[in-house]
Amino acid sequence: MNIYVLLKRTFDTEEKITISGGKINEDGAEFIINPYDEYAVEEAIQVRDANGGEVTVISVGTEEAEKQLRTALAMGADKAVLINTEDDVENGDQFTTAKILAEYLKDKEVDLILGGNVAIDGGSGQVGPRVAELLNIPYVTTITKLEIDGTTVTVTRDVEGDSEIIETSLPLLVTAQQGLNEPRYPSLPGIMKAKKKPLAELELDDLNLEEDDVEAKTKTIEIYLPPKKEAGKVLSGDLNDQVKELVHLLHTEAKVV
Amino acid sequence: MTRKVLVLGETRDGSLRNVSFEAIAAGKTVAEGGEVVGVLIGQNVSALSAELVQYGADRVVVVEDEKLNQYTSDGFAQALLAVLEKESPEGLVLGHTSLGKDLSPRIAAKLSSGLISDATAVDVAGGNVVFTRPIYSSKAFEKKIVTDGLIFATVRPNNIAPLAKDESRAGEVASLSVEIKDLRAIIKEVVRKASEGVDLSEAKVVISGGRGVKSADGFEPLKELAKVLGGAVGASRGACDADYCDYSLQIGQTGKVVTPDLYIACGISGAIQHLAGMSNSKVIVAINKDPEANIFKVADYGIVGDLFEVVPLLTEEFKKLKVHS
Ligand SMILES: Cc1cc2nc3c(=O)[nH]c(=O)nc-3n(C[C@H](O)[C@H](O)[C@H](O)COP(=O)(O)OP(=O)(O)OC[C@H]3O[C@@H](n4cnc5c(N)ncnc54)[C@H](O)[C@@H]3O)c2cc1C
Ligand SMILES: Cc1cc2nc3c(=O)[nH]c(=O)nc-3n(C[C@H](O)[C@H](O)[C@H](O)COP(=O)(O)OP(=O)(O)OC[C@H]3O[C@@H](n4cnc5c(N)ncnc54)[C@H](O)[C@@H]3O)c2cc1C
Repeated sequence: MNIYVLLKRTFDTEEKITISGGKINEDGAEFIINPYDEYAVEEAIQVRDANGGEVTVISVGTEEAEKQLRTALAMGADKAVLINTEDDVENGDQFTTAKILAEYLKDKEVDLILGGNVAIDGGSGQVGPRVAELLNIPYVTTITKLEIDGTTVTVTRDVEGDSEIIETSLPLLVTAQQGLNEPRYPSLPGIMKAKKKPLAELELDDLNLEEDDVEAKTKTIEIYLPPKKEAGKVLSGDLNDQVKELVHLLHTEAKVV
Repeated sequence: MTRKVLVLGETRDGSLRNVSFEAIAAGKTVAEGGEVVGVLIGQNVSALSAELVQYGADRVVVVEDEKLNQYTSDGFAQALLAVLEKESPEGLVLGHTSLGKDLSPRIAAKLSSGLISDATAVDVAGGNVVFTRPIYSSKAFEKKIVTDGLIFATVRPNNIAPLAKDESRAGEVASLSVEIKDLRAIIKEVVRKASEGVDLSEAKVVISGGRGVKSADGFEPLKELAKVLGGAVGASRGACDADYCDYSLQIGQTGKVVTPDLYIACGISGAIQHLAGMSNSKVIVAINKDPEANIFKVADYGIVGDLFEVVPLLTEEFKKLKVHS
């Protein structure tokens, strides 16, 4: 099977976030594989191990995404592709990313594409379904289970807590939700092997794309931190009095009950 | 500049979801005085048209087909694209719900348009329609505009106030027949786990339990409190993982995003992934026995103590308040 994983290098949002020069400050920040894409990598490896084939991880970004791609290779993916946009595109959005990914994938005879359901930094959840539409293949989002039998695929989809059991077929794109699997940690031999696995680097030119073809349709005009919350009121005194005070405050000060 | 804006009305158990009324209000802002057209897709949904109009739609287009009795991306995309083709609007707004998240990127890709997902506010400023949305797991916000083509957005439930319902409003309802073919993914079964009653993502009050509730029974006092306040019960992943409650209650990055007027966190430590689902609530109360717990950093009010003592006392006190007011 030809299995592809869409992998985004993201800012670790457990980190403290600061803004400088109107941008999120990335100096010294930790970057990780988007957690939902880790589920996608793990599932791809399991599908390959059960059905044969090859897992290719792809990322659109800068050279720095090499590190996250190497981690995916160390987990067990076979090949990696970095589409480096650094020199070509200044302002991109989800339209940009999806277009580039689809352009790369369109002649690859894909059987299965896996991605995360959302990136924890950008948070739109657009890229997966956009890519599927551009490739004209079916997709299922926020999946928690994937079973493949020949070309028939049965997927469990999380819908705001309810589950849908969906039947569909390959070729297919799915996006991972928490609960799909437990991603493995790269093993030491895995890390050694990953160093020798192929990691190809492409630019827009290699995909016959011009900057104009991928020009963003939206633009960020401002980034800001939420207003600093005043330190909350931690009540004190006798517990009964605290509870009375809380109810009083919610009623008269916060006016929410 | 006035615009024609389409707004998709979303149904659940045969009624319209609140987020649809909020999306109409957002649509009105985008329209800048132009027409807001409600769209209903499903089987036997036309009766809901009147309510869309009462909440501000000027008219409604309905696409009905038995193949649309459940949401599928293929079916709904065909129906919505047909309406878009007929109406050629300049704006389109959906709720940022499971349905909206699944459908909107596909429509955007088909139309080669931009899409601003998960907006919590929309304003007109400096000649632009400006959307505000949370980024970095709600730790920051961005303001975004569409620079080319359709103004297309999804709105997060419970953030944009709906317009007041006006029962005297009337508007034309037209049905559009669309041939729905080729559903490539078919729903075989739906396993309902989400609780009946108050819809968690739209509730005005949410009482949430974490690993600190210690057992499934431990949720009982929380349910009591929710009942008194007319709210819904939620949970942290800690509580779901420990099997104290169903995953359908999970709030956070991987669960539901809620923004109620009042969020009461009981026995929840306040991990970033949990905060991503509730930190924009209007008022947050934390009840935790550990004074150092992270949840106190985002709480407006906190009580350091045992939730099994505090929650029943709170329930009693709120009951008294309800009697007096
Ligand atoms: C050339 C370029 C320039 C950009 N310029 C800007 C800018 O100026 N300002 C700005 O705010 N943002 C910029 N971005 C970032 C961009 O807007 C989004 O972050 C990105 O398209 C993904 O959107 P998202 O974060 O909402 O991811 P989502 O749509 O939420 O991601 C869902 C899933 O899609 C897949 N996916 C997402 N992104 C990628 C990727 N890059 N590679 C592989 N798979 C992916 C992953 O599987 C992920 O889990 C730029 C991106 C590119 C490619
Ligand atoms: C990719 C990913 C996605 C995730 N998504 C989510 C998500 O969507 N939602 C989510 O919630 N988590 C999510 N998590 C998990 C998150 O990191 C935390 O592990 C989880 O939120 C912890 O749950 P908790 O606060 O209930 O448990 P704990 O962290 O164990 O906290 C329990 C708290 O209860 C207090 N306590 C104990 N007994 C009492 C008592 N009697 N009275 C009062 N207080 C008491 C303790 O002091 C403690 O603070 C995710 C993690 C990952 C890696």
